This record gives sequence, structure tokens and C-alpha cells, in this order.
Amino acid sequence: MKAFLLLEDGTVFEGNSFGMEGDVVGEVVFNTGMTGYQEVLTDPSYCGQIVCMTYPLIGNYGVNLDDIESVKPQVKGFIVRELCQTPSNWRSIESLNEYLRRNEIIGLEGIDTRELTIILRDKGTMKGTIVTAEKLTEVEEKLDKLKKYTIDNPVLQVTTPEIVHTAGNGLRIALIDYGLKKNIVRSLVRRNCDVTVFPATATAEEILAVNPDGIMLSNGPGDPKDCRFQIDNIKKLIGKRPIFGICLGHQLTALANGADTEKLKYGHRGCNHPVKDVEKDMTYITSQNHGYTILEDSLDKEVMSVSHINMNDGTIEGIRYKNSPLFTVQFHPEASPGPGDTAYLFDEFIEMVKKHKKGA
Amino acid sequence: MPKRQDIHKVLVIGSGPIIIGQAAEFDYAGTQACQALREEGIEVVLVNSNPATIMTDTNIADKVYIEPLKAEVVKNIIIAEKPDSILPTLGGQTGLNLAMELAESGFLQEQGVKLLGTATEAIKMAEDRQDFKDTMERIGEPCIASKVVTTIEDAIAFAKEIDYPVIVRPAYTLGGTGGGIVNNECELREIGGNGLRLSRVHQVLIEKCISGWKEIEYEVMRDSKGNVITVCNMENIDPVGVHTGDSIVVAPSQTLADKEYQMLRSSALKIISALGIQGGCNVQYALHPTSYEYAVIEVNPRVSRSSALASKATGYPIAKVASKIAIGYGLDEIKNAVTGKTYACFEPTLDYVVVKIPKWPFDKFVKAQRTLGTQMKATGEVMSISSSFEAALMKAIRSLELGIYTLEQNIYKQLDGNEIVKKLEDVNDERIFVIAEAIRRSVELEEIHNITKIDYFFLCKIKELVLMEEKLKSMKGEQPDKEALKRAKKLGFTDAVIAKFTGTSKDEITAIRKRLGIVATYKMVDTCAAEFEAQTPYYYSTYDNYSEVKPSDREKILVLGSGPIRIGQGIEFDYCSVHSVWALKEMGYETIIANNNPETVSTDFDTADRLYFEPLTPEDVINIVEAEKPKGAIVQFGGQTAIKLTKTLDDIGVKLFGTEAKDVDAAEDREKFDEILERTGIPRPQGRTIFTLEEALTAANELGYPVLVRPSYVLGGQGMEIAFSDKDVTEFMEIINRTVQEHPILIDKYMMGKEIEVDAICDGENMLIPGIMEHLERAGVHSGDSISVYPSQTLSDKTKAVIVDYTEKLAKALNVIGLVNIQYVLYNDEVYVIEVNPRSSRTVPYISKVTGIPMVDLATKVMMGKKLSDFKYGTGLFKEPKYVSVKVPVFSFEKLQGVDTTLGPEMKSTGEVLGIADNFPEALYKGIIASGIKLPKKGDGILMTVRDTDKPELVEIAEGFEKLGFTLYGTGKTANMLNHKGIATNAVKKLDEDSPNILDLIQSEKIGLIINTPTKGRKPDRDGFKIRRKAAEISIPCLTSLDTANAILKCLKLGKTEDELEVLNLSIFE
Repeated sequence: MKAFLLLEDGTVFEGNSFGMEGDVVGEVVFNTGMTGYQEVLTDPSYCGQIVCMTYPLIGNYGVNLDDIESVKPQVKGFIVRELCQTPSNWRSIESLNEYLRRNEIIGLEGIDTRELTIILRDKGTMKGTIVTAEKLTEVEEKLDKLKKYTIDNPVLQVTTPEIVHTAGNGLRIALIDYGLKKNIVRSLVRRNCDVTVFPATATAEEILAVNPDGIMLSNGPGDPKDCRFQIDNIKKLIGKRPIFGICLGHQLTALANGADTEKLKYGHRGCNHPVKDVEKDMTYITSQNHGYTILEDSLDKEVMSVSHINMNDGTIEGIRYKNSPLFTVQFHPEASPGPGDTAYLFDEFIEMVKKHKKGA
Repeated sequence: MPKRQDIHKVLVIGSGPIIIGQAAEFDYAGTQACQALREEGIEVVLVNSNPATIMTDTNIADKVYIEPLKAEVVKNIIIAEKPDSILPTLGGQTGLNLAMELAESGFLQEQGVKLLGTATEAIKMAEDRQDFKDTMERIGEPCIASKVVTTIEDAIAFAKEIDYPVIVRPAYTLGGTGGGIVNNECELREIGGNGLRLSRVHQVLIEKCISGWKEIEYEVMRDSKGNVITVCNMENIDPVGVHTGDSIVVAPSQTLADKEYQMLRSSALKIISALGIQGGCNVQYALHPTSYEYAVIEVNPRVSRSSALASKATGYPIAKVASKIAIGYGLDEIKNAVTGKTYACFEPTLDYVVVKIPKWPFDKFVKAQRTLGTQMKATGEVMSISSSFEAALMKAIRSLELGIYTLEQNIYKQLDGNEIVKKLEDVNDERIFVIAEAIRRSVELEEIHNITKIDYFFLCKIKELVLMEEKLKSMKGEQPDKEALKRAKKLGFTDAVIAKFTGTSKDEITAIRKRLGIVATYKMVDTCAAEFEAQTPYYYSTYDNYSEVKPSDREKILVLGSGPIRIGQGIEFDYCSVHSVWALKEMGYETIIANNNPETVSTDFDTADRLYFEPLTPEDVINIVEAEKPKGAIVQFGGQTAIKLTKTLDDIGVKLFGTEAKDVDAAEDREKFDEILERTGIPRPQGRTIFTLEEALTAANELGYPVLVRPSYVLGGQGMEIAFSDKDVTEFMEIINRTVQEHPILIDKYMMGKEIEVDAICDGENMLIPGIMEHLERAGVHSGDSISVYPSQTLSDKTKAVIVDYTEKLAKALNVIGLVNIQYVLYNDEVYVIEVNPRSSRTVPYISKVTGIPMVDLATKVMMGKKLSDFKYGTGLFKEPKYVSVKVPVFSFEKLQGVDTTLGPEMKSTGEVLGIADNFPEALYKGIIASGIKLPKKGDGILMTVRDTDKPELVEIAEGFEKLGFTLYGTGKTANMLNHKGIATNAVKKLDEDSPNILDLIQSEKIGLIINTPTKGRKPDRDGFKIRRKAAEISIPCLTSLDTANAILKCLKLGKTEDELEVLNLSIFE
């Protein structure tokens, strides 16, 4: 079956359908990682988005039981240049095609993904629709529908409905789930933490009620400014416990401190983004997935200092707060997919929590 | 960290001659290093013995020494130049070893010279087996478990510990004799016991057998601050067991999930951090195919062949960045030259697939053993880029220039199913075609995988290609539909292949697909998968709708490169292509280069204005022309690879600058060429053009033996042989006809005289002859394998005048515009022309350097319309310098089992070196030691066994050696004859006689030199062959021409030692 991608600007790509057939609307973004498509598919931060992989051969190593970042694929649609129908890897249990079909995700393959990437790079992220059909019809109607599309409260769509507790004999960490990647939990558990995952709707009081030693704010999808409730909650948590925020958690913390965010032209999505740790004067390769960034001019320099900078475009990648044990990063130290070069941040968080605990 | 302030003058050491395992990649790395240092205002002194390189150009370094890469020689250069530092990690293993030798001897410290980049201790840690193993253990990185044992009981105990299968490797036996893979205790008792008996020191290494594991490589970089990045990872299609240089390699890895990819990446970065590498490094892994288990195979703490490949595969200039790191910069301070925006501290991401296939010399050495294993055999490699694996593979296959354009090979058609399956077990260069044939015969992929251990992913891809071939065949007689045609093009099929399968003509397919709008489009290699706009146009073709090529409105010229390094077509043609590009740039043209060799300077992203990394076949080149619409093209500099495309370009109306296609043809076409000789009154050895064996025999008998037999339109004398009988002619014709001959075969009267070679530049009116070279060996040894001397030492002024006259006449008659190379033979004081090549030649780089005439630059400008009178070099024969330059060929025989080392009309050398001095013997001596020939030491034995016709001439040579204090040995007749002449010679028993015989003597380490001239013709000269192979394997020089023996004698008579040699830099020729 044929399938089409229609972009907001009227551009049409013709390819073949895979995964589930049907129509889907979403924000079209590209990811430059050469491996890790399964982690990308299951990363809740992609909620509401149609993801295009720039690496042309996808599905080579199939789909396995372990490399998932949430219980199901979270993307709205998936675009690849060439879908591998004959995966080969010892851990693979099914093909990417079967996996997406089973999970009702619409896929498009056989298009020039580099051309699409260049369009998105030059014009910025756009909305688009994948249509499974032999012919693309009613283009005007589809474009109208596209223009009206918004992702409403994506965080609420992906956060855990209930509190989930993973017992451990180390520090007690409350992890607020805005759409978390499982590897954040795994990274804490690996460090013997006792982890309680809270829904994004949990109040500060509910969170503090479990008397955590430290708090982590997870990654998640969408425009941070839409998360009013969560921002207010963070305001209440700051100063109460040591906090470490990742990605959306990083942006929300900045907003809670009066800073401002803006949408990037086409975001950072991939596994090769160099980030300089300003204090260490070292550059690390990081895994990234975000469409928004904090504006440097908006920082309250009295309270906030930039700890990490993106070497490619100079955007803020990390902030340290001077008045409380709190630091946040824009990238993903938990990796999955991508390099684990910045996993040391989890250790620094643990140290910070320990120090604070001793002090308190 | 910013640039160090204590570095002002750096010595860069090159890698010497091209040999198997060390090819053009180090010219690329070294050239980039010199440029990177000089743009920082650092003075660069370069030493390399290889004159065919770009790095030894006077515009690349401030001072260039073409001198032997020997410690004593380099010491003298250091004393003369007083550099403050040495950059050791860009000249391959040769450069690194030399620098380490100088450092360990304390000389560098004495002279106050620093080693830049990775510290000596770190290099030792990576290079020394035990140190390395200990380091890996310390940081918790697994190596391949192994242990040296001396009893069978210990062997069994260790095998139990590490689990079967294990490999038994006896110590000190050649080529692993007596070892093998064992699966259980019973087999270990047998093979291990045998190995212990065979080992001279009664030792065997028991090693965990990991053959069949995936072989994965990581190219990583680290700066002095400790920033670490991965440039690229690569997966070998051939699992562990085949040398990575002999493996088909794909980048990035295809069958690793992110967890495995990151696991090995983290390991590689941990290793370079632990070693403290400063610069580039290569880490090789074996990865268990069905678990997370892995082992570090090896670490190369320097720029390597793999790093050249990784650089071209990603666009990341590893050598340049490594050089900047060496002088103090951090990765976060070096700009990414491709994007111009980002920094070197990032990891390239690919949005295409890269395939590398080695170029093996088996098409030349038909008798060589083709088995691939731990000893690398390839002389070069090709790389291709596409958006599918299938297309990348097909492009790479046709880039090899083997006349192979599809996976279907007729030779396997005759084999039945069982034979095909049996053949799968042979690990050799042809395996990929055998796999395709097996798939075609419906052999289950599982069976193929079980035998070859090649990952299913790759087998499935090969199957896709086979299925497409079969689909096209099923369409025979009908017009292929758009979908099938489009898919075939996307899978990398050429029009000619599609036409062959569908039973129509190539032109028809081309017409159909163009009508359907299926045309090649070009994508950019930009290090970042289009995330950022790139500045350097580096392209590969795909079949999409969208092309990124936006031709400018400047006048542009297409320069065709020379493809993979092979015997007969080496680095010298890359030198020429690059210089042509530079000359065109200087003239204000926009330059476009097309080539497929990842090791070269020509495929560096900033050599030409635009780079097309593509196969050099008619269709691929036509596509580039259609995309770029150049003003014209230049084919003179890309060796036979480019020359072969002359007609293609001419046919589609591309203007060819320089000598016209019809004149190029006249030089190759026997009848047309004879007409010219007739007209100009220039004699040549009598010859005939033939097609069949019968015609060959008639011609040979008419001309009278010996005769020279060869196909036309080949380089490096491929398939050329001297025949002494009908039997020889019959044998050679059979070999030549194994590949389909489009052109006639030539048979010439063979004249055994002095060979003379001339390179000249002609502008249509005048000509400039930079130099006349004279070969030391008499005609019959290929010019590429001869020792060549400039200026000639024995030619009379009269002969020189004749040569100048003939050269002028020939160039005029052939309307040469640009370069021409002419070979003559001086026979009975008469000059005959052997061949005329209206193009660049192997000797152009070296003659350019020792005359100071930038030949390619002049030739290019002349081709573009300038006149020789516009330049300062004059016309006619250029004045001879007072320095003598001797070019000595270098062979890689020890790596090619089964190859006869006898020199003949077919070229066998892989590289060359140059010796320069103010007198001939010293220049010769420099050349000989630079070539790696170990000269015999006083007291060593000289073993002689020569054919009857050579015996009289041997007397004087033998006497010479005797006088110098060598002990002489000879086989029966040779010894007898010498003793008869009063030269004391020990008689040695022949091979088939009992011990101690000649082989025992060679093995005994008493012999320092062997002179063996083989019986003429290809008669099974079994004994001689065995002697020569033995000599190659234990590195005893074995000379097969008395002329070479005489040269060696001259060197020994000179009586100089390496430290007494005067070091000269190229400014003497200015």
C-alpha cells in the first residue's frame, strides 16, 4: 500500500505504508541517531510527533524486549528511508514492521528522508500528516486540518496514572514523571536508590509526604509553558530537597525561576550533540531530544548560572542554581539511545543528596 | 587548551614506499598534517623515501628530505635542521617505529627534541603485547584469552579454563605451520602435541577461538584535556579471522543495536583515556554474535588505514585534527571544516551507507594463493557511498575495475550445487560471488551462514540483489516497467547490467529510464545528516528526486582520478590528479574530481572545489557530466582508469583537454602507430597484432623467438610475458584469454638492450624534456620494477640527441598536448621505440622533484591553452642537475604466497623509493637501503645459482663479492664454473638431494644474498621458485637479474655506513 506525507507547506512525499495503515497528523521532526530507533519510538517526549530518522536503514536489528523507554511506542508516526524486513540480531523478537503494526503506529517508508530533513532544517519544524492511500486526495481539507492541529497537554497523555514504587536500600528519590524514559529509573536503581515515580499531576505536598531524600524532574513532551500546574509545583519544591531536572524538567525549573523559553527552529534530536561542562571545561557527547530552549537573556544571574553549553549552536544545556541544591540539564544523561558520557551527573546528584542529608 | 608556544619547527616522518599494509593513506594523513601545522605558522621539515607522494612536494613542507627512513639518516636530518619537535603518529607503523627508535636511544632528549601527540609510554602500552594485556586487565577491558604453554597437560588445563574451541599457535613456525583450531581435548592432544614438536622452542600459544565473531572497529580521538569522541564505527562483513585490511567493511555498523554500539563505544573511549592517547586511535573488537561478550583485538595508537577510511566515510578530517591536537589544541577549539560552524568536538552522524572493498593483486598474480586470513594481501581499496547497502556494494564492486558489474559470475555457472556449497568454505576474494551463486541455487541462508558466519543481515542484502537479477531476467524480451527499473537503479545496477539481464541494449535502457525521469541525483556528505548546512561539496549519487548539486556558473573542469592503488597504478597517479586540480584552481577554474579511493589526497574534501566519490565507469562518469556540465575534462592524469574513459567522454561530446582521443588511440593501435613510425622513420622492434592462438604462433615464428606477448590497453605490463617457445605462447594466450579481450593482443620481437625512458611536455609547437632516465636492468624487466637512474650515466651525447629527436617527432606526430611518456630500448647502439603513452606516467612525480620542473602543473596549463614559452623552464632537453637520483622498486613478496619473485615484463612492485646524492654509487646505496633491502654483511654467504647464458657474466660479479670478503656458495654447475675460474665457491646440493641441501643452507642464516636468474620462459622452474619463495619468506634479498647484482656490488664497494650519508633536501634542485 502506498502512503504519503503531506507537510503544512504543501510539500508531498510519496512512499510505502508500514506498521499500521491509516491517517495521522503530528509535528514532523527528525532524529539523527544512527542506532536506537526502538528507544526513540518509546521515548514519551515524542508524544504528538511524527519522527523521521535520518539514518537510511532502519529496523536492521529488529525489536527486542529490553530496549524500551516506556511501555509502548509514543510517536504518532514514524518515517524511514528503508525499512529492514529481515532483521538480524540475537535479541530481536520481531521486526519493526510487526512491532509498529501491533502497536498501531502508522509508518511511512521509501521516501527521501534527507530531502525531508533539509526542508525541516531550512523552514523549521512543521506539522504534517501521513496518509495511507493509493492516491493523495482532498489536499486542501487535509492542509486545513493540519493547520488546526495542536498537541494538547501531552504531558498528561504520557505521565503515569498512579504512583509507582521501586524499592531500594539507598537514597529515597521522588521522580516526577512528565513522560519519563525508563532509563532514568534504571540509572537511579543502579545506584541503589529507592525510587518513587509520581504522576505529573501530583502536588508538592503529596511528593514531600513520602519524605524523599532528593527529587528528580523527568523529561517530557511539549511546550514547557503549557505546564502551569507543574511549574507552580516546582516552585514549592525548590529549597525543600535537592533537585535534579532533565530536559522538560530543566525547562520547567527555569520557568519556575522566572526565566523564559522559546521554540527552536528544528530542535535537537540525536546522539551526537557536543555539550561543554563549563566548570569542568570538558566537552561531552550527549543524547538529546528537545524542541524548546531556555533564553539566556531571561536568566536571573543572581540565582542561575549556565553550567552546560551546546557547542553547535551555543544554546543553554544546563543550569546550576546558587541558592539551593538544584541543577538541571537539557540533554539526557541517562542516554538510551546514545552515549552515556554524562552519566556522571547522576553520581553528582547522589553526592548532592547525600551531602544535603548529612547537613540536614 | 590553546596552541602550545614551544613548538616552532616540526619534523614529520612519512611512511616510506607503498607496500601491502601501508599504502597511500599515509600520504593523505601526512599531507594533511603538514598543511595543518603550516597554517599555524609552524615550520615543517618532512622526511620520506617515497618520491611518488604529494607530501614530498616542496609546497607541502618547508624543507623536504627524500632520504632513507633509517634512524642514522634521520638523526643527521635532525642535527642539520634542529627541529624542536617530531610528529610521529601520522607516518604509519614505519614512521612510528622510527620515532620510537630515536626516542628510546636517548637521541631526541639529547637534541632537545620533543615527541608530539601521544606519549612514548602510551605508545609502548598499546604496541607491546604484554603491556597492552596488563593495561586492559587493569581497566577491566577483556582481551582474547591466551597462554603460552610448553606441555600438553598445561594446554589442556588452559583450554578447559577458557572453553573450546581454542586455537593452537606454535611459536616460531612460519605462517602458523602446525597450528589449528581444535574443538575438544582429543583434537588438542593431537594438534597441540604436533605443534609442540614443530616449534623450535617447544612452545605453543593456546588462544580462545573467536573466529566467526563479529569484527567491529571504532575510530576515536582524544585531546590533551581528555575530551574524547568517536569519529565512526565500522563493521566487517567478514567475521573475525580475515585481516581487516582484507575484509569488506561497512560503515556505520549495521547489525548492532544501540546497547551494543554504546557498549563498545564506551569501551573504546575508556581505553584511549587509560592510554592517554593524544590524537587519533583505532580500536578493534571481536563481538560475540549472540551475547554481549566482546574482546579487544588490537589498538593502533596512531592514524591508520582505517582512519583514512573513516575520514572519507564521514567527512571528518582525522589527520588534520590529530595534528592540531598534537600542537596543543583541544577538540573544542578546532573548527569542523565541513560545516564551518560546528567544532571538531562532536561525533559525525551518517545518513548513508559506506562500503569498502579491498583491491587484491590476484588479477595480476594469477598463481598467488587467494586465501584470506591474518596476513593482509590487498594493495589498495575502493570505497563507495549510497543510501542503501545494496547500491553501495554494487558501486564498490564496479569501482574495483575487474570488469565485474554484477554479482553473477559465469565461472560459477558450471559448478553444481554441491560444488558451490563446498566453495563457500574458501575464504577468499571471490567469496561474495560464490554466496550470490549459492543463493541463486536456493541454498538456504542458514546453511550459508553456518559455513561463512557472515551475518544474516548481509546475506539478506545479497539475496535482494540476486532476486533483482532474477526479476530482470524474467522480464527478458519485454520492456522493464518503471517500478522495476527504478528499484534496480536504487539497488545500484548499471544500465548495461539491466540491459544484459533483460536482453536489450544499454542505450535503450538509458533512453527508457530517462524518459521515465529516473536519473542520478547527488547527495552531500556533511558529517551531520543535514542538521547543519555544509560548506564543502562532497557528493555521492542516489536515485531520488531531489539533488543537492547546484552547478555554479563558473567554468569548471572535471578531473578523473585513478581509482584503487594496485600494482602498476599506484599513488603517482593520485599525485598527478591532485597537481592538475591545483593548477586548474590557480588558473581560476572550478575543479571537480571524481574518484573512489579513500586513501588518497585527491578524495580529501578540500582538494578540488567539488568531490564526487563515485565509481569510475562510463555510466557513473556520464551522470556526473550531466549534473555538472563541465567545460571539459582531463583524463591524462588518472592512469589507465581515466584513459579508459576517453571514448565515453568523447562520445557524449565532452571536450577533452590535452591530446585528443583519436591520437591517444593512435598510440595504442598497432596499425595506426606503425604508420606513424613509418612516416617519421623511427625504428621499433618488429611486431604483429593478433587475436587467436593460431595467429599468435604464426606471428611468433615469423618474428623469431624470443617474443613479447601482451594485451593492448593495459598498464603495468599486465599479462605481459616473454615467450621463448610455442609452448610459452600457448600458455600465455590461455591466461590472457581468461578475461574477455576487447582489443587485440600484441606480439613483438624481444630485444634485450638498455631501456631508456623519457617524460616530456608538449604544447603543440614546442616540447620540454625534463629528463632522460636510464634503467639499470636490461630490457625485459618492467620499467616499474627496474632501478631507474637520472640523469643517465652511460648514454652518449649522440644517443641522447637521437632520443630527443625521436621524442619530438613522436610527440608532434601524435599531436601531443600535455604529457607524454616514451620508452626506448638501446640495442646494438641503435635506439628503438618500445611504446608511447600520451599521458602521465609513474615517473612524473619523481622527475618533477629532481628537476624542479612542476610537470603536471605545466602540462595542465599547456592543455588549457598556455604555451611552454609562458614559463621559465625553456624547451628541449632540460639541463641535467649535478645530483644523481636513483629510483628503486619495492616489493611485497613476503605477503603474497605463491607469487614468483622473478622480475620480468609484468610489473610486480608495489612501491618505490628514491636515493639522491652527488654521485651515482651513493645515490644507488641510498635507494637500495631505503627500499628495505638488507645488504649482506662481511662474512655473510652469497648464494648463486644462475642459468647457463648468465654464467660468463657472473664471473666478474662473483669475483667482486669474493674480494669484499664474502663467502661464496653455488649450485653444481654454477660453483663448478666459478671454481674453474679460480673463484673459491662452496658447492651446494640441490633441492632434491639429501640434507643439508640448498634450502637448509638458506634456512641456516649463513646466507645474506641470493643471486638466482631463472631459466627462461615459464617452464616449471620448480627448484628456483622454491628458493625464491623461501628467500622472500625469511627476508633474504634474492636478485633475479645480474644487473641488480652488479648494483648491489657497487653499493658494497662504496663501503659507506648509514650515518656517513650526506642528507640533502630538495632545495638543491631549485
